[in-house]
Amino acid sequence: MKNIKSFLQGLLAKLQEGKNPYIFTVVHILLGTIWVYASPRNNIAFIVLLASLYSLYALNTKATFKAVAAGLLAFVVMPILGARNIFFLEIIFQISVFSALALGLNIVVGFAGLLNLGYGAFYAVGAYLWAFFGSQQIYALQYAPGTQPSDLPFLLPQDAFYLFILVGIIVSAITGILLGTPVIRLRGDYLAIVTLGFGEVIRVLANNLDKPLNFTNGPQGITPIQRPSLPPDALEFFNTGLRPIIGNSVSEGQLYNVFFYLLAVIMIVLIVFVARRLEDSKLGRAWTAVREDETAAIAMGIPLVSTKLAAFAVGASFAGAMGVLMAASRTFVSPESFSFMQSIGVLSMVILGGAGSIPGVILGAATVTILNLQILQGLSLYLSQLRQSDAVIPIINFPWRELSTQLDPAKYQRLLFGLILILMMIFRPTGLIPAERRKRELQLKEGDE
Amino acid sequence: MTLLDTHQVVKRFGGLTAVNKMDFKLDQGEIVSIIGPNGAGKTTFFNTLTGIYRPEEGKIEFDGHTLIGLRPDQIAGRGIARTFQNIRLFGGMSVIENILIGMHVQLKQNPAEAILRNKKFVGEEREAELKAERLMKFVGLDLSLANELAKNLPYGGQRRVEIARALAAHPKLLLLDEPTAGMNPQETEEAVRLFRRVRDEKGITVLLIEHDMRVVMSISERISVMDYGEKIAEGSPSQIRSNQRVIEAYLGRGAAASQHEEKSL
Repeated sequence: MKNIKSFLQGLLAKLQEGKNPYIFTVVHILLGTIWVYASPRNNIAFIVLLASLYSLYALNTKATFKAVAAGLLAFVVMPILGARNIFFLEIIFQISVFSALALGLNIVVGFAGLLNLGYGAFYAVGAYLWAFFGSQQIYALQYAPGTQPSDLPFLLPQDAFYLFILVGIIVSAITGILLGTPVIRLRGDYLAIVTLGFGEVIRVLANNLDKPLNFTNGPQGITPIQRPSLPPDALEFFNTGLRPIIGNSVSEGQLYNVFFYLLAVIMIVLIVFVARRLEDSKLGRAWTAVREDETAAIAMGIPLVSTKLAAFAVGASFAGAMGVLMAASRTFVSPESFSFMQSIGVLSMVILGGAGSIPGVILGAATVTILNLQILQGLSLYLSQLRQSDAVIPIINFPWRELSTQLDPAKYQRLLFGLILILMMIFRPTGLIPAERRKRELQLKEGDE
Repeated sequence: MTLLDTHQVVKRFGGLTAVNKMDFKLDQGEIVSIIGPNGAGKTTFFNTLTGIYRPEEGKIEFDGHTLIGLRPDQIAGRGIARTFQNIRLFGGMSVIENILIGMHVQLKQNPAEAILRNKKFVGEEREAELKAERLMKFVGLDLSLANELAKNLPYGGQRRVEIARALAAHPKLLLLDEPTAGMNPQETEEAVRLFRRVRDEKGITVLLIEHDMRVVMSISERISVMDYGEKIAEGSPSQIRSNQRVIEAYLGRGAAASQHEEKSL
């Protein structure tokens, strides 16, 4: 056992030496790319390709190499592979959306140490904002849900979407401050309970604001919501210029998947950029100080209320922006997307990945999303195939056919998350990639005065 | 020049009067100690000065302005920095970051500048880091510890970080709450030298709560004695040493009386 461990450590050390990390990363990316290209329905191939992003992050290569390789993967390789199997793009889109949510929650929970169980509310604010202004809903205020005529005009042009990303950021930040103001003096469990309540309030509002005026269309949700216009010629470009590489024609709907995938990637890059720079500034340090010791922090001149409110506002703004994006990509919102389990799901991504660690929470979001959408669904599918066959379970000789349909891996999502979180808390409480403090270069030498 | 002036300050917790009618004056550039038995109200008095507690009665003036009604962070901004009886560092942050937190009030950057990383932001951060490194040297911390997490430092090192963090705020008044508790004689001696340098080189007024009488007697220019929330004596070290009420407070009336008898015998 010990031998294996030291052997593996030696191997890892070798991997980080000289040119090895470059070779390994390139081979990993190429392997993933070619495999996914060759068999676009293969989930394992796709996970290998996604894992190459981790190699790119973790191995010791130059920053420019990382940036170029990541750029090529995100903006060239993925759109092409995705056009061959839109499902993969959908997974990356969801990973991006959940990463953004997890990064926002990470500012509140990870940096500032304020436990927020109602984070989904800010996501809902962003989503309903564009759902209301980007649909016909404003002309349907008088109609009960389901009775509005279908020929109502749209309030805004479809490209107002871009403006509404900004509006979504501002409105959800304000919502964050409004929620934060009354609860800012609460700590720990008390804060968690109040934020949980707030999350439910927003969901219940979305459910019931269909009367007296129909703002949200109640449980049925709002649809259709406008999508921004695609660049002209994009469809033609995919279906003529890229046709030989892609190998199949792309419909407008599929092109929208590519388009929203690209938007999500760009937004994630911006969000990581903002989060990293804020973390390493006076405000970010103040957040951590408040998390570590409130009393000492105020004695050092840190204003508690405005520092915590800033965390709420910044965290909420990420979710608001992603809410707008989500509403447009789905062309549909309904209250059930913003349930309590949604907030808990994002929280578990943060804890799984490593609270306070930006690469950690992204990995957490990716792991949970892949588990949800690919691994469990894949197992369910496999099991249902077995049920339709005449095969029997070996050893106990029990036919698969008679296995209860209740035994469906996709339904045991929560059980699995619970287990993962318990195991993490026991064996690695700081998360998959624990948060680290930045090492600063010293300006003084030991002998200087 | 009077720096700090409290007048009839009262702090109660329910039926208990922790600080009772405290009159206390501090001149610019002094080193003064507050002593007294455990539970005398010394730390409560500190907490009242720094705004963590609000006094029920009385006035507190600092540098010509009242502190009553200000929040702790505002009071810190006015120039009062402190250390805590049981060290309260930001354990999960590095040593240099702890000191940078002390500069919070001085740093003028806003979040937009932090995101854009303009010249002003970068310059200010570099200058702050340089200042933090100088402070590490001033309090006698090895520079190689700068990126170490504060919680990993030994006890004496943590005390030094706490003082550096307080000094980073450019305070006019430094409050030290039992700064040498748990130190060995050599460390204590170094600490006393450091407190003197804080006053002599930086011109900062120092007020300390201390139990170690060697420290108190060697460093203080003036000593105030508290017992049951009240100031029972004030004066130079030699005056305090021979003050009957002080001896009683520390040893109890009977013991003090017998000590008196022994002397007269």
